[in-house]
Amino acid sequence: MTGGFVGFAIRRLLAAIPTVFGVTLIVFFMVRMLPGDPARLLAGLLATQDEVDRIRVQLGLTKPVPVQYALFIGGLLRGDLGKSTVTQAPVTYEIGVRLPATALLAATATILSVLFGVASGLIASTRQYTSTDYFVTVLALAGISIPVFWLGLMLMVVFAVGLHLLPAGGDTSPLALILPSIALAAFSLAIIERQTRSSMLETLRQDYVRTARAKGLAEGRVVYRHALRNSLIPVVTIVGLQFATLLGGAILTERTFSWPGVGTLLVNSIEARDYPIIQGVVLLFALTFLVINLVVDILYGYIDPRIKYS
Amino acid sequence: MRRLWRNKIAVAGLMILLVMVASATLAPAILPYNPNTADFDNVLHPPTLAHLFGTDQLGRDLLTRVVYGGRISLLIGVVAVALAAAVGVPLGLMSGYYGGILDLVIQRVMDVMLAFPGFLLALTLIALLGVGLTNVILSVGISSVPVYVRLIRGVTLSTRELTYVESARSIGLRDWRIMLRHVLPNTAAPIIVQSSLQIGLAILTAAGLGFLGLGVRPPTPEWGTMLGEAVNYLLSSWFIALFPGLAIFLAIMAFNLLGDGLRDAFDPRMKVL
Repeated sequence: MTGGFVGFAIRRLLAAIPTVFGVTLIVFFMVRMLPGDPARLLAGLLATQDEVDRIRVQLGLTKPVPVQYALFIGGLLRGDLGKSTVTQAPVTYEIGVRLPATALLAATATILSVLFGVASGLIASTRQYTSTDYFVTVLALAGISIPVFWLGLMLMVVFAVGLHLLPAGGDTSPLALILPSIALAAFSLAIIERQTRSSMLETLRQDYVRTARAKGLAEGRVVYRHALRNSLIPVVTIVGLQFATLLGGAILTERTFSWPGVGTLLVNSIEARDYPIIQGVVLLFALTFLVINLVVDILYGYIDPRIKYS
Repeated sequence: MRRLWRNKIAVAGLMILLVMVASATLAPAILPYNPNTADFDNVLHPPTLAHLFGTDQLGRDLLTRVVYGGRISLLIGVVAVALAAAVGVPLGLMSGYYGGILDLVIQRVMDVMLAFPGFLLALTLIALLGVGLTNVILSVGISSVPVYVRLIRGVTLSTRELTYVESARSIGLRDWRIMLRHVLPNTAAPIIVQSSLQIGLAILTAAGLGFLGLGVRPPTPEWGTMLGEAVNYLLSSWFIALFPGLAIFLAIMAFNLLGDGLRDAFDPRMKVL
């Protein structure tokens, strides 16, 4: 059993390698597909000819493309992603100082969406066709349709500008975290609610649940011990998939609340054509997402006994 | 079709869309203002009878701009999704039908595209292509391709093994003919449902790009771009952020309702992505 599981995990890990390779290829070719001199693009518009030439040598831009790619991967493995063309600081530094803020926001939003998503889905499913169920269902529909940046702006107008209850953002204090994480959580929360509800409704119709009820178990015990645990298996997949939306949404949320994270850095760098930073952030987001998916995949194999490790 | 009409949810979505399409089409006839005419005596004025949604930072009528914005957003949504389907459906058909190396290659490429989570793919493409209406459509369209490839591949895989496809093959029909005449019709319902949901998502993505200042260029009235500009005036003028966002929200909700309703009308157990 354990051996099978470890083998399963290793096979999943190996299967991700071609994707990681593809992602690095895309990021590598990003600046080389653009019109113009890649050395000039990577050195920045204000760089002197000397600096451009230095970058050209450093990246081996006169050498064949496979050699350039090898140099790029070599730098990557040493944690060298080049320098920002705006601040001249290393890309890893620029990203590193902003990463905690983004991680804090994404983690808070994930926790919020899982907790409240599962809870409201559970409530709606055990009260099917009641006004509570309809209320939650309508809210979830609104949640999947509302643009994260607009929700953010409206929360800001009401709670920061109107009621002066909470700060409108700009720093990462606990109070300033509240509005951005609610805005970011809303979509995922709604998706998780819908999945939990439909999954619970399906499980509650199963024979073994009827048996549990028939043998006189308390309804609470039937719901929590028998139905909920099995219903959560598809929810785990959804949570993993939602992380993609959440990362993308974080870029927009950060901009809305002037949150000093990696998303804001990315948007500013696109405006400033700071390509080394753009490459770094895009790579970071894609790899983070791949790792999360891998973990969810392996976790899924671990919690669902029906999955065969082959 | 009758089942669709009985589905109140889908009808509600369809009604919202019809009102949006009609007002966007008839905009010059029903609105007294021009969306781009500035009026510096009337800047950031809250809603009044003359300006139901108020005026923006240049004194332009917000209701007019929101209605004209519907033209841009609906256009982006429909064209981008049509583009994604035009590329994704044939790829998905071939991937599922032929299998083997071709399938493997197409799927690995899709894996790589899907590794750029959601909005990030469109944003990366915009960073490469540059801003503007055409590039927004291209970015959003390309980033929606993997969804169609996955969806159609799945349906094709299950259809390929059906008896009538086998008999079509046994009487010697060419592959492309089997794909077009015998497999493709099975994918019609999932394509229609997915496309409805996908247009909503495309409008959202395009609005997100606009909000970041990386979408359709001002002064073109695009909902996301309008919201992005509104951020600077939030302290004094909540209304210029309220209405463009409400329009995005309603449009996306309408496509979600329609998509859900269509799915229930075709087959409630249908899997879409």
